[in-house]
Amino acid sequence: MSTSDTAITNTTEAMGLGGEGFAIETFDLTRRYGDLVAANHVTLHVPYGAIFGLLGPNGAGKTTTIKMLTTMLEPSEGTARVAGFDIVQAPSKVRRMIGYVPQALSADGGLTGWENLSLSGKLYGIPRSERKSRIQEALQFMGLTDFGDKLVKTYSGGMIRRLEIAQAMLHRPAVLFLDEPTIGLDPVARRSVWERLLELRRNFQMTVLITTHGMDEADELCDRLAIMHLGKVAAIGTPAELKASVGPGATLDDVFVHFSGGTIQEEGSYRDVRATRRTASRLG
Amino acid sequence: MTSAQPGVQPAVWAEANPVFAFFQQTAAIAEIELKKLIRDPTEVLARAVQPVLWIVVFGNVFSRVRAIPTGNVSYLSFMTPGILAQSVLFVAIFYGIAVIWERDLGIVHKLLVSPAQRAALVYGKAASAGFRGAIQATIIYAVAALLRIQIRWSPLSIAGVFAGAMLGSAIFATMSFIVACIVKSRERFMGVGQLMTMPLFFASNAIYPISIMPHWLRIVAYLNPLTYLVDALRSLMIGPGQSSHSIAMNFGIVALIFVIFAAIGTKLYPSLVR
Repeated sequence: MSTSDTAITNTTEAMGLGGEGFAIETFDLTRRYGDLVAANHVTLHVPYGAIFGLLGPNGAGKTTTIKMLTTMLEPSEGTARVAGFDIVQAPSKVRRMIGYVPQALSADGGLTGWENLSLSGKLYGIPRSERKSRIQEALQFMGLTDFGDKLVKTYSGGMIRRLEIAQAMLHRPAVLFLDEPTIGLDPVARRSVWERLLELRRNFQMTVLITTHGMDEADELCDRLAIMHLGKVAAIGTPAELKASVGPGATLDDVFVHFSGGTIQEEGSYRDVRATRRTASRLG
Repeated sequence: MTSAQPGVQPAVWAEANPVFAFFQQTAAIAEIELKKLIRDPTEVLARAVQPVLWIVVFGNVFSRVRAIPTGNVSYLSFMTPGILAQSVLFVAIFYGIAVIWERDLGIVHKLLVSPAQRAALVYGKAASAGFRGAIQATIIYAVAALLRIQIRWSPLSIAGVFAGAMLGSAIFATMSFIVACIVKSRERFMGVGQLMTMPLFFASNAIYPISIMPHWLRIVAYLNPLTYLVDALRSLMIGPGQSSHSIAMNFGIVALIFVIFAAIGTKLYPSLVR
């Protein structure tokens, strides 16, 4: 298939990888913690090559869903297929097909960028013959070539995030999962992360699933969204479809409020504040 | 602006031999821990003070008291392997804190989402704890040389002591890892860590022989991995006369405990991110 060299594009359908099946397909995916149903019969279909956003207030079940899709957590009920493999039947096959960037800035500050990448390369079994060129390529792709031998604790937040994406793409996963990839980053750094994700999709036909609180992020980056509320998928569609379903002139903020039955939490949870502080203290 | 090659590249290559992969992954984890240790040895150096104080202060005082029967060796010689085992224990027993820290940062999540074998991740951590054990052994030998404490200096005995210290460190780090997987928070971990340290130390033969303990405490001591570690280190450092088991027997027991702990740790590791 051919990829266009046009600038940031949000068209999704033409980007399917081979076109058969979905990159992510969930079937009544459910997780209970005691009486709490953190994810309640979640059914999603994410086409290959899509950038898919999971939105929802804190506690809506986004993280639980991503944990199940990345095989960290077994579903209580239901299952999912990721890149063609069942997360319950074949979790180790799924792990070879996916990349994951956690919410906190988790690259190792005591190591250099290169060493962080080299560790990923070894854990993912990238053969020695290929490892070096992959690392160089990933550093270049993420605009970090000049910083490869610097300790990560000297990096800015945006650089750490880009390094983490480099780590997660080193083995060319079919599906990349990012849990709130731009939380705590300044607007310039956020935009640069978006650009890299769009380029990853363009160059490698990677499917990307992110969770986010940022309506601007959902609007500009994602070509399909699911809004989760109380463990359920409350709405699903393209940003335009979702806006149209709420009413003429509606913004994504309106959509969010409409489907999550409340007000937008402005990054307000204790967890977010803590995560942001951690980011700040790592950089300070 | 990018020169990355467009086009789909294989996400999966031929799966490596699992045994080879296990060693490669274990070495990869151990290697990064070693690098960090060399770059920032502050913690390890600070940890060196405690065993020195034990030998210099406690050891010298108790040598004068002559309250502890140590046969035909001086009390300082008798306690030196015990203090090595103790410092290995103290260094390793709080290892779990780092694991909880890694959990809070999302590092554990990243590792568990990777196709790396979970056992390799645990053995890699244990190996990196082993380096810390080796550093403690170096310190103890330095103190022994400075204070002219009578111990064996044969290369074979020194090699054995280093192996013992590394294995001991791996055991207690893995024990700590298991606790971290269960308690999952730093606050609780600190409490439990403190709770474990003292019984492990005092219900062992580290600074007095088991023969002077009351019967019930002997039973505890024989269930304590530290006892076998001290027993092995003591035969290696001052001769077999002070030990209840052979060196091979002690190493066998210690290695078996490690393998069991590592298996439990491997089983529990994924629960850290649930």
